[in-house]
Amino acid sequence: MTLKDVQMVLDARVLVGEEHLDREVRGACGSDMMSDVLAFSHDHAILLTGLTNPQVIRTVEMMDMVCVIFIRGKKPDATILQMARERGLTVLETDHRMFNACGMLYDAGLRGGH
Amino acid sequence: MDDKIVFTYDVPADDFSRAGEASSDVKSKLKQLGTPPDAVRKVAIAMYEGEINMVIHANGGTITVEISPRQVRMVLRDRGPGIPDVDLAMQEGYSTAPDEIRNLGFGAGMGLPNMKKYTDEMHIETELGVGTTITMTVNL
Ligand SMILES: Nc1ncnc2c1ncn2[C@@H]1O[C@H](COP(=O)(O)OP(=O)(O)OP(=O)(O)O)[C@@H](O)[C@H]1O
Ligand SMILES: [Mg+2]
Repeated sequence: MTLKDVQMVLDARVLVGEEHLDREVRGACGSDMMSDVLAFSHDHAILLTGLTNPQVIRTVEMMDMVCVIFIRGKKPDATILQMARERGLTVLETDHRMFNACGMLYDAGLRGGH
Repeated sequence: MDDKIVFTYDVPADDFSRAGEASSDVKSKLKQLGTPPDAVRKVAIAMYEGEINMVIHANGGTITVEISPRQVRMVLRDRGPGIPDVDLAMQEGYSTAPDEIRNLGFGAGMGLPNMKKYTDEMHIETELGVGTTITMTVNL
């Protein structure tokens, strides 16, 4: 699926990187612990998280992930959005909670890594 | 041997939000040098985990990165408290990080195991009250 599909499944708002919505997504990871994310290997993956500090963007950068989705009530600040912009990432925001957001993407065919 | 490039970074002690800048810089340098993406990612992840550890467990330190045609070698040196039991620290899930670090997204006890997993060689030298030096290499 593409980032656009992810956005539609989650009724998400695009905060950064509208121009990259045609990118392909091949896997997903949902976590608030960055080293858990860093243990995961999947190309073209996306991260769902409730953590809002700059290390989220750095983790995504190190992993070559393409998108971060902030779940319900977790607002990234301007610094985080600017970092994402500089790195050519897409940032989405959804009103769904973590469990539901992951479930909806799983239903749509997206899988986690190993 | 002359085609070795060396970079040195200071990792500041008390600035969590800037932790990872060194790893980010190395990552973009390796990309510019045309290093295979898979190797770039391994270096980036291993160094980033080490850099974060230096900030949250060891009051910062210095990182030296040597890039040669056949490998990338990272040396992370700190003057922190040292690691009392390295075998224990290497276990997945072992962490001494307090709650305030966990709230920042770290402290899963996965950093050192990740560093081992993503590198071809890893060596830890540590002395209590003196500091820790971690050397990692990724073959190209
Ligand atoms: N440079 C260091 N100096 C002193 N102690 C360290 C250092 N690096 C790691 N440790 C110790 O080893 C433990 C395990 O480290 P590891 O990186 O695996 O997990 P963590 O940093 O606690 O959590 P995570 O990496 O998952 O965010 C740490 O909790 C800490 O006690
Ligand atoms: Mg760690």
